[in-house]
Amino acid sequence: MSIPSQLKYTTSHEWVKAESDGTVTVGITQHAQELLGDMVFVELPKVGRKLNQKEECAVVESVKAAADVYSPLAGEVVAANSELESAPEKINQDPYTAWLFKLKLSNVADLDNLLDAKAYAQVLENEAH
Amino acid sequence: MLKMTPLNQAHRDMNAKMVDFGGWDMPLHYGSQLDEHHKVRRDAGMFDVSHMLVVDIEGSDVRHFLKRLVANNVDKLTLPGKALYTCMLTPQGGIIDDLIIYFLTESWFRLVVNAGTSDKDIAWITQQRDNLAPQLQVKPRRDLAMIAVQGPNARAKVWQVIPGAQAVTENLKQFQSAIVENYFIARTGYTGEDGFEIILPAQDAVDFWKKLYAVGVAPAGLGARDTLRLEAGMNLYGQDMNETTHPLESGLTWTVDLKSERDFIGKQALLDAPNDRQLVGLLLLDKGVLRSHQPVITQHDIAGSAGGEITSGGFSPTLNQSIALARIPSQTAIGETVQVVVRDKQLAARVVKYPFVRNGQALV
Repeated sequence: MSIPSQLKYTTSHEWVKAESDGTVTVGITQHAQELLGDMVFVELPKVGRKLNQKEECAVVESVKAAADVYSPLAGEVVAANSELESAPEKINQDPYTAWLFKLKLSNVADLDNLLDAKAYAQVLENEAH
Repeated sequence: MLKMTPLNQAHRDMNAKMVDFGGWDMPLHYGSQLDEHHKVRRDAGMFDVSHMLVVDIEGSDVRHFLKRLVANNVDKLTLPGKALYTCMLTPQGGIIDDLIIYFLTESWFRLVVNAGTSDKDIAWITQQRDNLAPQLQVKPRRDLAMIAVQGPNARAKVWQVIPGAQAVTENLKQFQSAIVENYFIARTGYTGEDGFEIILPAQDAVDFWKKLYAVGVAPAGLGARDTLRLEAGMNLYGQDMNETTHPLESGLTWTVDLKSERDFIGKQALLDAPNDRQLVGLLLLDKGVLRSHQPVITQHDIAGSAGGEITSGGFSPTLNQSIALARIPSQTAIGETVQVVVRDKQLAARVVKYPFVRNGQALV
């Protein structure tokens, strides 16, 4: 299972990448895309929307099911990857480059509360049992 | 403990993602449900449908018994090998199951029933047999496996694998079957494509499956089976119909014989039914994906009534947009626009006639 070590994670299977300008990029993990199967529709949050941590903010739908995506941290949406709206299969092809949205965090220190790769691997391990 | 078909290990060897499907451990897909869907529309795919149950009814005058048992009329079956799609109803007109009946001889008819309903089907059929035709034997055939090979090239691939099959089966029309040694071969299916459904001894299933694979037939899972049958506008028992719905509001009026004098179980209830609901196709006009149980709002809704509902919905890989079957008020006309409640939004959908896709061609 691919869990890049430079990223942070949530228990709801989002990945978070800290950018140098103080924003973060958010997507869903390899585990999440495998579970859902072929993606057919993505609904993204509007730029400018203010999100609380764990707020429902996007939807990814596969041939099998719809899944909510939760904001990993509090902040404001500064970009959404509209390319996915016409090509949701990019999430299946590489979930770690097919990002969903970017956030300007309310508090950058919140990043430390997310899971690192090792802790996320443990979450997956526990879910499997 | 999940039930397993004779092909369980073969699925695992092909890296299937397995799921619990009504108590059966079945393949959902073998990598990509979309690829499997397209392979069936464009070439040939195979489905393990051994979880479905073959029931042979044998003895003197099976036909007379079936004329009472099911809603369609088995008198339409005059040629040996001919098949009939029908519902089996409760006295109240509710659908116990939908099934295919093959006429083989006057003392041997073969039924194929759904997996999830098979226990109650056997109980019901046996009970009716005891009352109406105690001379008959009802034989569930768990010693058999069933493989559906579907797609424009499916028949040719089967002929490559079963020596002698081509001569016997190439002139079969839709809904006809023939027996070739150990293989019962029917030109039927659940995808809207040409092909065969093949019933064979369980111990031969793995070998046959591997031979089909070797000639280029792609394994396809329950996921693709569902999107293919939805595009083909074919009902799924338990989703588009059940014991609380009757055939006339399930798009199955064509399978019910109300004209002849024949009395079948559930007939009076159907004659008395209000017929205020119909099953229609929906084509989503907005972006998104329709799913079962989403409410449908029409201009014919009566305040306080249950309103419409999607019974099966999903993404159509062939049309590249979302489609659904929905049960809505009968007054709604084809071509009208309705609203579907999806999460916190209302999405526009057009009421269409189904099937959506047949033999690789979009029809809407």
